[in-house]
Amino acid sequence: MAETCLIGHAAAPGLAIGPVTLLTSAARRREASGDPAEEAAALKQAVEQAVAELAKLIATVKGEAADMLEFQVALLQDEALTEGAFDAIAAGIAADHAWRAALDAEIADYGAAADEYFRARAADLQDIRDRVLAQLGGVSRAAPINGGSIVACDELTPSAFLAADWSRGGGIAATAGSPSSHVAMLARARGAPMVVGLGPLPWPSASPPSLALLDGDAGTVIFDPDPETRRQFEQRMAAANAARLAADTGRLSPAYTANGRRITVLLNIAAPEELDGLDPGICDGIGLVRTEFLFEAAQGLPDEDLQYAVYRRILQWAEGRPVTIRTLDAGGDKPIAGLTVDGERNPFLGVRGIRLSLARPDVFAVQLRALCRAAVHGHLKVMLPMVAVRGELERANAMMDAAFAALQATGSACARPPLGIMVEVPAAALRARDFDAAFYSIGSNDLTQYTMAAARDIGAVAALNDTGHPAVLALIESTVAAGRERGVEVSLCGDAAAETRLTPALLSTGLTQLSVAPIAVARLKAAIAKVAP
Amino acid sequence: MPDSHASRADGKPQPLTASAVLVNPVGLHARPSVKLTQCAKGFAATIEFALAQEGPWTDAKSPVKVMRVKAPQGATLYFRVVGPDGEAALAAVLALVHDGFGES
Repeated sequence: MAETCLIGHAAAPGLAIGPVTLLTSAARRREASGDPAEEAAALKQAVEQAVAELAKLIATVKGEAADMLEFQVALLQDEALTEGAFDAIAAGIAADHAWRAALDAEIADYGAAADEYFRARAADLQDIRDRVLAQLGGVSRAAPINGGSIVACDELTPSAFLAADWSRGGGIAATAGSPSSHVAMLARARGAPMVVGLGPLPWPSASPPSLALLDGDAGTVIFDPDPETRRQFEQRMAAANAARLAADTGRLSPAYTANGRRITVLLNIAAPEELDGLDPGICDGIGLVRTEFLFEAAQGLPDEDLQYAVYRRILQWAEGRPVTIRTLDAGGDKPIAGLTVDGERNPFLGVRGIRLSLARPDVFAVQLRALCRAAVHGHLKVMLPMVAVRGELERANAMMDAAFAALQATGSACARPPLGIMVEVPAAALRARDFDAAFYSIGSNDLTQYTMAAARDIGAVAALNDTGHPAVLALIESTVAAGRERGVEVSLCGDAAAETRLTPALLSTGLTQLSVAPIAVARLKAAIAKVAP
Repeated sequence: MPDSHASRADGKPQPLTASAVLVNPVGLHARPSVKLTQCAKGFAATIEFALAQEGPWTDAKSPVKVMRVKAPQGATLYFRVVGPDGEAALAAVLALVHDGFGES
């Protein structure tokens, strides 16, 4: 087959070469046998296979994620779940239709529950339904992705990503999807190159290409490359590997620019597991802990003790270095069942970030209490996402004071962490000095999209979504100036911090603190060392 | 604590009954449901529960049925147990509920 180059959007940096594994999201159309006994046997087998698949997945995860999967296994093994489908099959319905109808009824029942925790369980039932349907269709949904292969897919689910071994190389070529999806975040954290938005794959599914070159920096994928293209790509990979090895050796040293300016390098993390095996010496602290993952992985909203345990674990890892935990930033592209507002016409301009937390003080108060309790275990700072006006910070401060006072009154060990704001709404960037914030942390992803009025996951306007645009840099500069004026720290924790082509421009705004995924630390430090003045 | 635990002399097994209040935060949710059914399955006795003294009764060994009850925090769970190891079974499920399923 001739060489084919597809252009998409870079979602996770790096180069990968490997055989192509095609993951099709739609199950093959199933031929019903027409014999109830055969259909019943097919469903029974599909359920058993789904259980076996879950058991394998459980062995690879821990904590909340494992509990969630064990819950799914418990439901699948319960005859009460399957009896309705078997009754329908006995009455002559095909196995897949019978299963779907039975589960849809169960899902509708959860969806109608008064309690939002139970409403959120509908998602577990959907997962169970689809897992068994995939088995019935003869397609293994969580087909093991061979380490080292380029996975071509519409979109990859987080569970499929986590089930694969990315330590052996390989990458993801998605026809749809977004660089800000959770899978893209996971890919960046694990160092798996990923390109999204490639558009329809131009070959018949019966004869996929055998080899692909994936460029997660440029956002391109070349299928069935000519020998010369492949040779050049392999040379680039070798050079990139050599550069990475050189950078890795500088990972544990503090970052200085070429003319000796000390730059604080912090980590962005989404889950405490990302810190496992990581030497805290590679960073000056943690600049962003996203807490959404806690709310998604948990069965329903995580309770205070669970949150406290996670925050404490992160603070203890940091060994006294500052740790900035962001309060729940749900909404926008990060819906959370039972919490975020469904069906908003424009969720990015809707109830998200601090707006959602203030609208749901019951949920917010639990997080603030957990944070106050964790604060005794290290140097904790708390930041509020999506702040636009002073009143939001004031209300959050009052709630934090109340949470702290209530804990003190009961004699619990606690401390009152300082509250800073995420600067990602242009209004906050323009008037940063008006906020009585303990620090500013620039969220460059949203600040860029709100300033340029362009989303990076909409291909036609993605080029406008440029943090290096003078308008965005001017807002960063004005925030840095406000920090200097008020004597508080300013950091930047968006993806732009890891885009080393932007490092000189970002440092020229006066920024001295950048926060990136652990995988990007070595590369960023090497880029900082080249910046002068 | 058991309200009555009599096995009458005339032979017919009488159910043992008792009640306990759900104290864990989000009620009888996924993890507690799994724990309850795992505990119940460890006994030969029939173990049922309800949100009211008069039922309707739910099989405590079925996680799907337990979840369908959607019992919230603060609800009183009434248990009804019949079987040779009924006393031990009742004590075990009550301990689990009192203990907040190890979550609180």
